[in-house]
Amino acid sequence: MSAPIMDVVSIADAVRSGKMSAEQVAKDFVRRAQTANASLNAFHELFENESMNAARAVDAKVKAGKDPGPLAGVPVAVKDNLATTVGRTTCSSKMLENYRSPFTATCVERLQAAGAVVIGKTNMDEFAMGSSTEHCAWGCVKNPWDTTRVPGGSSGGSAVAAAAGLCGFSIGSDTGGSIRQPASLCGCVGFKPTYGRISRYGLVAFGSSLDQVGPLTRSVRDAALTYQVMAGLDDRDSTTADLKVEDPMKDLETPIAGMRVGVPKQYLSDANDAAVNASVNDALQRLQKLGATLVEVDLPLTDIGISTYYVIAPAEASGNLARFDGIRYGYRAALKTGESLDTLYSRSRAEGFGPEVQRRIMLGTYVLSSGYYDAYYGRALRVRRLIKAEFDNAFAKCDVIAGPASPSPAFAFGGMADPLKMYLCDVYTVNTNIAGLPAISVPIGFATEGAKSLPIGLHLQAPAFADAKLLRAARMVEKLFPDLARQAPHVS
Amino acid sequence: MAKLARLEIAPTQLEQYRGELANVLSHVAKLKAINVDGIEPLTSPVDSTNRLAADQPGATLSLEELFMNAPAVEGRFIAVPKVLAEEIS
Repeated sequence: MSAPIMDVVSIADAVRSGKMSAEQVAKDFVRRAQTANASLNAFHELFENESMNAARAVDAKVKAGKDPGPLAGVPVAVKDNLATTVGRTTCSSKMLENYRSPFTATCVERLQAAGAVVIGKTNMDEFAMGSSTEHCAWGCVKNPWDTTRVPGGSSGGSAVAAAAGLCGFSIGSDTGGSIRQPASLCGCVGFKPTYGRISRYGLVAFGSSLDQVGPLTRSVRDAALTYQVMAGLDDRDSTTADLKVEDPMKDLETPIAGMRVGVPKQYLSDANDAAVNASVNDALQRLQKLGATLVEVDLPLTDIGISTYYVIAPAEASGNLARFDGIRYGYRAALKTGESLDTLYSRSRAEGFGPEVQRRIMLGTYVLSSGYYDAYYGRALRVRRLIKAEFDNAFAKCDVIAGPASPSPAFAFGGMADPLKMYLCDVYTVNTNIAGLPAISVPIGFATEGAKSLPIGLHLQAPAFADAKLLRAARMVEKLFPDLARQAPHVS
Repeated sequence: MAKLARLEIAPTQLEQYRGELANVLSHVAKLKAINVDGIEPLTSPVDSTNRLAADQPGATLSLEELFMNAPAVEGRFIAVPKVLAEEIS
């Protein structure tokens, strides 16, 4: 009998109590992932042998009566921009095709210390730049609900792995929506904690003031537990907060009494897909029936978020990606006799990076260049402060802010070929990163396209470091939709 | 811009990028409509304080680990094309 697709807490309980062996769990999930990968391409690498070894170590602890940890034997899929000594860390880029990290990211280390078993590395938009996982050097990742559609991005592989039951849970990174938007499009929970909550040590940097690691799961409880394991101060990342991590499990099931849900009028725009607005309205009405108060809040800078983000993020990326020069690691282009070191840099970067990464590097170089710095980068940083202040004002009136995670359900491959059109998909998620807030996407329904059902997620945002409260609110939303199948239909 | 960013891009592709980036920049120009007088730039969402580590040596990566991803190694060095011109050296 193969291990059923269970949530994280159930798998860990079964392994801890000896009802299931971690080895069997790892074997079953790896096998399921191998089979599904032919059609979904969620994984770049699966670690059949290494995961068995790690799982046996967990089983040995159980047998010896030692505590195997809260995530004992839970198979985790890791986005390929998080460093692991097992396998490669490619960022889905030709630039890092053969890169083997000599160290492991702090978040992964903490998961492993808690008993989780890394089963593979997931495909993503190259260097986490994209909203569809079409910019992946190892091929597109398919949405398990409809394989003619994108899974969202950039953590597309991680979202698919979690939604389709190919792992106990997965982890991803979110710079402008890269956990929440694919979670919304694939029908799983995607949680981006407050900036500074989870160490970025071992996360290949994209936009250092925006990047945050987080879990993608099949339940809010799983998101809370896995977040708790990863969160907290890390000496190796000076931007991690020196603030006690509130226990997110303690009051998870306790409804927030009289929860005030802020609804910005800017979020239910006519430009959204009608099914998205209908689902969000339905969820809000259900919350109101439960006793929550809906509060109208005003976030007039919502629309300017994209302009702000697409200055700040590429600016930071152009600096961070300057390290890829073909010298110490990564792809090195071939030179003809007499060609210079400078040619080595520029040819290695041209051949190693894909088009979206090149676009963003050039965009970042432009907005940071001496003649344009003040007009673009300097101005964007000032608008950033205004956006943060606008959230602060809104949160004086409400506990969480609700809206769609994405203006549309999953779109068809090639449907957003124009880069700007793709960027506009991030309208509801980028401001969260600009302000460093915690946010989560929770499945609330489906749009129907022909015979296919396409998931829709509710996006909840909360004040900085109110992660535990945000998870409680998300759990309340989850309970409103007890019949929503968390598991995509594609994989058995 | 490609030159500044150290990207050797073919002329035809450069044309495509030019159009796409102009499109993005014209959208980004909306920032100009926002009044930011007297507003200080915000570089990070957290208050950044300089956190100092104790001045104690810790574990570090070995030469082998550091070199295992280098594209070309000669002995204890990473090999690169000639940097200095003949007349200078």
